[in-house]
Amino acid sequence: MRDTKIQKAISHFHGGLKLVEHKEQSMQSGIAAAIIPKKLIVPLQQHIGRPVAPIVKVGDKVFKGQCIANIANDETSDNKNKQIITAAIHAPSSGEVVAIEMHSLPSAITQLTNCIVIETDGEDRWLESIKPINNPNDISKEELRDIILDAGIVGLGGAGFPTHVKLVQEKKLHTLIINAAECEPYITCDAALIKEQAPRIIQGIQFILHTLNIEKCLIGIEDNKPQAINALKLALDNAIEADTIQIVQVPTRYPAGGEKQLIKTLTGNEVPLHKHPHDLGLVCHNVATAYAIAVAILEGKPLIERVVTVTGDGLKHSTNMRVLLGTSMHDILDVCGYTESPEQEIIMGGPMMGVHLDSAHYPVIKTTNCVLVKNKATIVEPLPCIRCGECARVCPANLLPQQLYWYARAKDFDHIQDYQLFSCIECGCCDYVCPSNIPLVQFYRHAKTEIWVQEAEKKKSDHARERHEHRQARLERKKQEDAERKAIKKALLNKKQGIETSEQDTKKAAIEAALNRVKAKQTTVAKNTSNLTEEQQRKIKEVDRRREDKTQKDKNQKDKIQKDRVHQDKVDKDHG
Amino acid sequence: MLTAIIALSVLAIAFGLLLGFAAVRYKVKTNPVVDQIDALLPQTQCGQCTYPGCRPYAEAIARGEADINQCPPGGQTTIIALADLLGKDVKPLNEEHGEHAEKTVVYIDENICIGCTLCIQACPVDAILGAAKQMHTVIADECTGCDLCIPPCPVDCIHIIPAVEDSKKVIVALPHAPLLLNEPD
Repeated sequence: MRDTKIQKAISHFHGGLKLVEHKEQSMQSGIAAAIIPKKLIVPLQQHIGRPVAPIVKVGDKVFKGQCIANIANDETSDNKNKQIITAAIHAPSSGEVVAIEMHSLPSAITQLTNCIVIETDGEDRWLESIKPINNPNDISKEELRDIILDAGIVGLGGAGFPTHVKLVQEKKLHTLIINAAECEPYITCDAALIKEQAPRIIQGIQFILHTLNIEKCLIGIEDNKPQAINALKLALDNAIEADTIQIVQVPTRYPAGGEKQLIKTLTGNEVPLHKHPHDLGLVCHNVATAYAIAVAILEGKPLIERVVTVTGDGLKHSTNMRVLLGTSMHDILDVCGYTESPEQEIIMGGPMMGVHLDSAHYPVIKTTNCVLVKNKATIVEPLPCIRCGECARVCPANLLPQQLYWYARAKDFDHIQDYQLFSCIECGCCDYVCPSNIPLVQFYRHAKTEIWVQEAEKKKSDHARERHEHRQARLERKKQEDAERKAIKKALLNKKQGIETSEQDTKKAAIEAALNRVKAKQTTVAKNTSNLTEEQQRKIKEVDRRREDKTQKDKNQKDKIQKDRVHQDKVDKDHG
Repeated sequence: MLTAIIALSVLAIAFGLLLGFAAVRYKVKTNPVVDQIDALLPQTQCGQCTYPGCRPYAEAIARGEADINQCPPGGQTTIIALADLLGKDVKPLNEEHGEHAEKTVVYIDENICIGCTLCIQACPVDAILGAAKQMHTVIADECTGCDLCIPPCPVDCIHIIPAVEDSKKVIVALPHAPLLLNEPD
């Protein structure tokens, strides 16, 4: 039994906002158990990186926890490819695969993704091979990494970056940072998880520390979550070999949970531009990810559910609940007494950075931390920018938002990158404080996506240029080789016949021969046309005439078809 | 007096040699303007500009023979970029050369293809795979949508289909921009 000290943050990040928290509603009760919906829609891309391919067919029976999609086997068998940025998908409950079809994903950019639709049988039967592991402390680092890879764990904080990639040590790392700040208003899923599962989380942290050979761990948590801090303290007091894990209480200030912001607050170091935390010897994991790792290793269960905060003004009661991935948001909102209303909108995530959805009929995915029902903000006509500079004062990334705004507006994509558009974390602080109500983040998103598209096109055209140049080089080479081969053959032949000729003579002779050939062709007449009777000549003439007519007819026909086709193409184009 | 003359001559010779060496050593082999223009062209190699490929068109622009508005696949974006590079005025696309259309690729109807290899010879980027009397197919990722393979096909088995865009390539709409302060209402 120890007495763990709770430390204070040693630094603070630039800007940020103090927001109304709205966190009490959903922290009233514990985490509710998962409901088993009739239908689960499991998207094949719930993470950053390559999408996975389904390994089940329509009509297959699946058990809870069974892997249903993975990258192709030949790729995983190679050890080097353990670094592939992707994550396996598992069946969240037992049932039957009824369809594999396209559905839209809840994401800022509306896109369709292949989804496996499972009709649940209500038995919720686990795959038999999933059992708790008896000797978790004897597992080697490689095995731990494999378990995490197979469990399909991704960063549960929001970005969904596959966790196994962040568990490979390329450089010497000295500190693990566990992100439990959870700075956005309304969201409490991490706090609720810590409150109930702190010992498991500590175990998860110890697994990460072991895998990466790290000595020190800092858990960054905002000071507005005293219950969670106490639970962590208690778990640490009782844990074995947990002396190196420290709890750091950070001031509640949005966006304290941003990776770079949290690093600045906890260590005083800024992650330089175009660098990653691991360049500073740091690695960040979300607290829910640590929990998922512990569950995968100790219980053998893959990532098939997560804690989601269901809250908002439009609900009868707010709560945190475990949700099977693929459950429709509508189903979990129903549990909380949701009635559809045109004045309200559904947001996946928090009010600041969340994705505004057009309906509740989207599946919960690995990165869904909150489903928020909020009264729609009244649309205010934006006013001209008055250059007040308030946005620069609150920007946690230390950028000049109004400068970015001018360039995004003018579509000046070179200058906007000089002002570090890609350092913008889209936290929405500038939007929030703008006295002219300019939707700044929307401008930045536009600029970012536009730049991505332009870059993709540039890449494609460079590729086409390269292929074209290669082709031309190849044709040139072939021509040259042919000429050389011919010359050699000719020389050999001449030698055989004993003709001594200089190169120039050969060339001259070749030209002459070609000319003769052409002349001969022009003057050739059929050999069997001499000594014919008049009758025969007349017949020949007739045949010739018929042939000419036919050629002309064919030509006309062909022209007509061509014309029709062009016309048809045009019509098709106009209609389609 | 003499020292000054000698010193200056030595300096002049030294710098002359240095410049001469630099001129030989760092000689720019190709015309950099052509490269810059070529980099802005879409590389479809379609020949709609009347030149046999993007690079010849770039060379023609550099020589001042061709105008900057002859590239339909590039559309207005390319014209603006070229105008920016060459300090010319932006003008609309010359419609004699075609209209700017959505990106397409071609698709070979494999049931009809007789394996004549004519389309393979026409493809400027080697995006068609096949051999004599074997079925041909288009590598969609490599196809630039130049449609040069369509005229030579004797059985008309090549069709134009819209290119499948990456889901990542969605552009978030530019929001309604407020007026500028000095802009009249």
